[in-house]
Amino acid sequence: MTKIIVDGKEVDVPAEYTLLQACEEAGAEIPRFCFHERLSIAGNCRMCLVELKGAPKPIASCAWSVKDCRPGPNGEPPSVVTRSPTVRKARNGVMEFLLINHPLDCPICDQGGECDLQDQAMAFGVDTSRYAENKRAVEDKYIGPLVRTSMNRCIHCTRCVRFTAEVAGTGDMGAIGRGEDMEITTYLESAMGSELQGNVADLCPVGALLPKPYAFKARPWELAKTESIDVMDALGSAIRIDVRGREVMRILPRVNDDVNEEWISDKTRQVVDGLKRQRLDRPYLRRDGKLVPASWGEAFAAIAARVKATTPARIGAIAGDLASVEDMFALKALVGALGSQNLDCRQDGVKLDPAHGRASYLFNPTIAGIEQADAVLIIGSNPRREAPVLNARIRKRWRMGGLPVALIGEAADLTYDCQYLGAGPDTLADVAAGRGFGEILARAERPLILVGQGALARPDALAILAAAAKLGARGGWNGLAVLHTAASRVGGLDIGFTPAAGGPDAQAMAGAGALDVLFLLGADEIDVAPGAFVVYQGTHGDRGAHRADVILPGAAYTEKSGLYVNTEGRVQMADRANFPPGDAREDWAILRALSDTLGARLPFDSLGALRQALFAAHPHMARIDAIEPGPLSLPTTVGEMGKSGFVGAVQDFYLTNPIARASAVMAECSALAKGRLQQAAE
Amino acid sequence: MLDDKDRIFTNLYGLGDWRLRGAQSRGAWDNTKGLIEKGKDWVIEEMKASGLRGRGGAGFPTGLKWSFMPKPDPARPSYLVVNADESEPGTCKDREIMRNDPHLLIEGCMIASFAMGAHACYIYVRGEYIQERERLQAAVDECYAANLVGRNNVNGWPFDIYVHHGAGAYICGEETALLESLEGKKGMPRLKPPFPANMGLYGCPTTVNNVESIAVAPTILRRGAGWFAGFGAKNNTGTKLFCVSGHVNTPCNVEEVMSLPFRELIERHCGGIRGGWDNLLAVIPGGSSVPCVPAHEIIDAAMDFDTLRGLKSGLGTAAVIVLDKSTDIVRAITRISYFYKHESCGQCTPCREGTGWMWRVLTRMCEGRAQKREIDMLLEVSTQIEGHTICALGDAAAWPVQGLIRHFRHEIEKRIDDYAANPHSESVLPYGVAAE
Amino acid sequence: MSVRRLADEQPASFEFSPDNLRWAQAQIAKYPEGRQASAVIPLLWQAQKQHDYWLPKPAIEKVADMLGMPYIRVLEIATFYTMFNLSPVGRNFIQMCGTTPCMLRGSDDIKAVLKRRVGAEREVSPDGAFSWLEVECLGACCNAPMVQINDDYYEDLTAENFEKLLDDLAAGRPVRKGSQTGRVTSEPAGGLTSLTSLYGVDGRSGPGCVSAGGQSAPDHAAAASEHARQDQKPAEPAAARLAQEVAESPGKPRQPVAESPRERTEVPVGEHGQRADAAQQPRVGSVQQGVPADHPAKSAPADSSKTS
Repeated sequence: MTKIIVDGKEVDVPAEYTLLQACEEAGAEIPRFCFHERLSIAGNCRMCLVELKGAPKPIASCAWSVKDCRPGPNGEPPSVVTRSPTVRKARNGVMEFLLINHPLDCPICDQGGECDLQDQAMAFGVDTSRYAENKRAVEDKYIGPLVRTSMNRCIHCTRCVRFTAEVAGTGDMGAIGRGEDMEITTYLESAMGSELQGNVADLCPVGALLPKPYAFKARPWELAKTESIDVMDALGSAIRIDVRGREVMRILPRVNDDVNEEWISDKTRQVVDGLKRQRLDRPYLRRDGKLVPASWGEAFAAIAARVKATTPARIGAIAGDLASVEDMFALKALVGALGSQNLDCRQDGVKLDPAHGRASYLFNPTIAGIEQADAVLIIGSNPRREAPVLNARIRKRWRMGGLPVALIGEAADLTYDCQYLGAGPDTLADVAAGRGFGEILARAERPLILVGQGALARPDALAILAAAAKLGARGGWNGLAVLHTAASRVGGLDIGFTPAAGGPDAQAMAGAGALDVLFLLGADEIDVAPGAFVVYQGTHGDRGAHRADVILPGAAYTEKSGLYVNTEGRVQMADRANFPPGDAREDWAILRALSDTLGARLPFDSLGALRQALFAAHPHMARIDAIEPGPLSLPTTVGEMGKSGFVGAVQDFYLTNPIARASAVMAECSALAKGRLQQAAE
Repeated sequence: MLDDKDRIFTNLYGLGDWRLRGAQSRGAWDNTKGLIEKGKDWVIEEMKASGLRGRGGAGFPTGLKWSFMPKPDPARPSYLVVNADESEPGTCKDREIMRNDPHLLIEGCMIASFAMGAHACYIYVRGEYIQERERLQAAVDECYAANLVGRNNVNGWPFDIYVHHGAGAYICGEETALLESLEGKKGMPRLKPPFPANMGLYGCPTTVNNVESIAVAPTILRRGAGWFAGFGAKNNTGTKLFCVSGHVNTPCNVEEVMSLPFRELIERHCGGIRGGWDNLLAVIPGGSSVPCVPAHEIIDAAMDFDTLRGLKSGLGTAAVIVLDKSTDIVRAITRISYFYKHESCGQCTPCREGTGWMWRVLTRMCEGRAQKREIDMLLEVSTQIEGHTICALGDAAAWPVQGLIRHFRHEIEKRIDDYAANPHSESVLPYGVAAE
Repeated sequence: MSVRRLADEQPASFEFSPDNLRWAQAQIAKYPEGRQASAVIPLLWQAQKQHDYWLPKPAIEKVADMLGMPYIRVLEIATFYTMFNLSPVGRNFIQMCGTTPCMLRGSDDIKAVLKRRVGAEREVSPDGAFSWLEVECLGACCNAPMVQINDDYYEDLTAENFEKLLDDLAAGRPVRKGSQTGRVTSEPAGGLTSLTSLYGVDGRSGPGCVSAGGQSAPDHAAAASEHARQDQKPAEPAAARLAQEVAESPGKPRQPVAESPRERTEVPVGEHGQRADAAQQPRVGSVQQGVPADHPAKSAPADSSKTS
């Protein structure tokens, strides 16, 4: 720790702190544009200038570390002044320079109300202009479907350039030209190729880069803000849902250093329009082969009739990827009350099983723990598609240096150097035997073995899982990192939404003639063979609804409060930001009402009561934001590994769930990404 | 006056043979091995004792700079980078060294590299100097052929030397911008600290020196620090290449002693001021980035770092731009202002936005299309740039404007009055700078 | 500097000539392993010289691929450094220095000649022979005013001798590089004031002077040794990868396919280093030898013209 005097106040800070951090520690506010905690230091906006005693001129506090300050002549701590006339003049000057070529279009700028330049101009600007020349005009650029540009407003802080180069790793953006004609753009105005590109709009301190789908839709002060959790992948990114009236206007990231730092994927951010399209807003019944609107009562009656007509063993339920823990818990209770144990939350056929211990299906090293890993082996996964934010975390670790990464499965550009080992289990067997990359893993103290769902949705999954677990096992470090793709999956496994031993799994339940009544809780990624009477409870007119005989309209993730357990086993609570459309209801309430009609009344009348029951059965669910450690008890006989190569679980990042498939923005992104792939293949 | 026997650059004008044979006949590569055998500490101490101050403009003591290099570390090799990106308006001395006396430079690179424990040296030549670059490369090739440099050379210090080039950016003359450019990036100056001696080229310890600073080193070491320190005034020792351009009768490059009075420099080598001494208006004594000095202040001033600093100007690169009374001084400075606007890298706000602002105001002032209060505003804008940027280009852009206002405010006011008396819409300038 | 954009009309592809490719690989080998991006400026410059002195989009992409850099990074370089011409220029590309030292010595007159003779700045004359650009200080201030035409400096200009220079270039007559008033380099006109003990006041009579024959004889030995040295360098990974890339794209056409009507299909991919000789040897339709531009042997003719 080093002592430093800020505005006469002595503080003790780590030597590697920058002056900006030290000043903030001392309670002095430092204005800044280019500086961002999670990006490299550019030091170019010159707004954070402070006076350092002994330095001939003001210095950029963001770029000057405490250890670079020389002590005073008598050994007293270095002294920094943030409020002197010199500093004031420097900042006023910089502000004037920033404003001379900045358009006066705040009234029509979407950044208005949350603009750093606007805010700081209030503190350092003057209300008149001395600049009598013409303002600079800069052509707007096309940089992709998610970010709209208004380049006159750009203040050249280069945050966007640094983000795409450092965090996203795609190097999409750059600053061409030089001097006052420097322009921020992508290569010849091509669309950015990153799955995290939307973040550049958040980073932009002015209105130069703004979210395109949100353009001219709302003002920040009109919005009600709800902190929640994302369900687009199994990461559980922290998000803020901004709502005006009943309508979700936008989704922004929140800071959660354990999970998403402050980034979110483009799907998380821009799936918003999918929440409004293709929505199921009333119950439907299939009559004469056609789905026709029905009342809740009619729908329930139809279900009751079919349930009564069959035996419990021919009733089953499959939970989809977006279901909350409460929904699954209620459904499990209902199916159980009907006398059946035909449950599954693994519609993709993944062979993970709670019977093998909680550690067998978690991302055990944790997401933040990626930064501790010293070698990474990726098996059957493309983390860039399956969890882009997590992939950025691997990249972050890789940028720190000394991280060998290897991949078994489908070859992919993961934005960092990655040794491609091979396509399938043969290669894995080699590594497991300590050959090739296996030698590196053997030397590693904290190896991270990332296993994708693509390696687990196959008959030899258990053998692969066992091999991976063995590769990652160290004393005090479990390197087995199962990367899920479904937000509901770990929660489902936690509460045992899986078939009884020997019972039919999801694939079997969906097979021809397996069941008479099949209940789909938002399960759209599975084909149900003709025959069974399908009750689809969900939000969108997607694959499940098309197959359904009865549709019960449920609530999307922004419309209900619910628990989600992310891929590392972290229990998080999503909050309700708005209400479901039309007659749609929260899912637990639908199940509760249906249970009455079926004569198997569920023992809770409120969400609170439901949660009480849930917490009683699964105490760890009550520990929000915590990760419950679990055992790893894979069976001793796991069978042989097969031969076929691993196929990634996510082929199209933008269209993985019914909400995303309903989004026009996601469709555009998907088409662009396909085009890029095609181009790369040529 | 400097005797020919005390001149270091004895082929400054290319009248002799630039090749190895010719250079050796003039004393280059003479007992280089012997100099190296005296050890790095001796070399650095001699350089310090000679009082040589960097010839690239800032005037930082060269020996001291060499001594900043950390101990050799195999994981982080040291580099010498020679700044041959000579682009400061008025300056054309390094060009003559590279094309006429390249072996002095190469030998200097070898010795300097040895002194700082570097085994590799890159010479960054400005892109426009195509013939000079080829000449320098040919000289380097001669040295490799003669085994004077290379991994196993006769001088006993493994040493590789590479000629690199830019492609048209004044800012690459700033040492950290040069390193960025050498790494294949845009020439945008880096934040300091860390200084290049700790984190330079490829993150390794690096010293960046001007061509002239390096090229004089072998001769200094051969003839002794005392010989070099015997020229010029205290703290301003040695001989120096002066580039005299502008309104003198015979503009030329010439090697002279430091602290030579301006009048003597011009009389002896440049044939006097065009139209006589009474016709002298002002002088920009150290390249475009230093403020101009009016005639009466400069005529008898000694041409060295400290005297010129006393005149609120500087020796800079010793590029003496002479302006006689026919000069449109406002336009001359406006053109310099345009230069800095054109060459600003665009990184820091004050320089990016301020250089264009100053140039635009000055353009109007050239014609008198301005208000008198704008003169003070212009001065204030220049102080808002000065000292607020990462590198010194912001300062360099501000100083000429400050010099103009300090000494020629009356000229600007006169134009404004003239225009106010006779306003018109056409530009009175026959030639504006690029239509912007 | 103004906003810089790539030309609207671009060739379909760009490949380095075999000689230039070899040259490029030698350049890349100058830099430590993994630092091949350092070679981006030399490679772009060579590409520009090979491509009639302007840098097309496929060349930017080619260089980026060769050096493993994102395209945007190379585009940044191409637009940041002003010597990269992003659109076609005349066969004689005249860069006129207009900065203060040249301005003081009469660059306005030179500019007037250019405007009258060649036309507007940046516009190629109808016959394709000339285009001009005002540039910033070229570092020959003691010989102001001056212009750079292609690779060579022409100094000590006046409106008259510059007109004659343009006439000669247009007519294909040989021209003198460097000073147009008879100075050798930047010595004072009319007689030396220093170094007279070596060269005499006239610069030709002292003991230091070299006989004209002695200096102008090109040193082929030195040139040869340069190549030997470059070849000896170990093919470092960057170079090896490069070789592999080249091997992987054998089907690509060697010569750029002309799309633009201004593009001359017959123009070889030969380089522009000898453009000043274009006067004697019109480039259109002629097949030049693809000598790498930095070949030291090339500096020899320049010497002879300077000292003779």
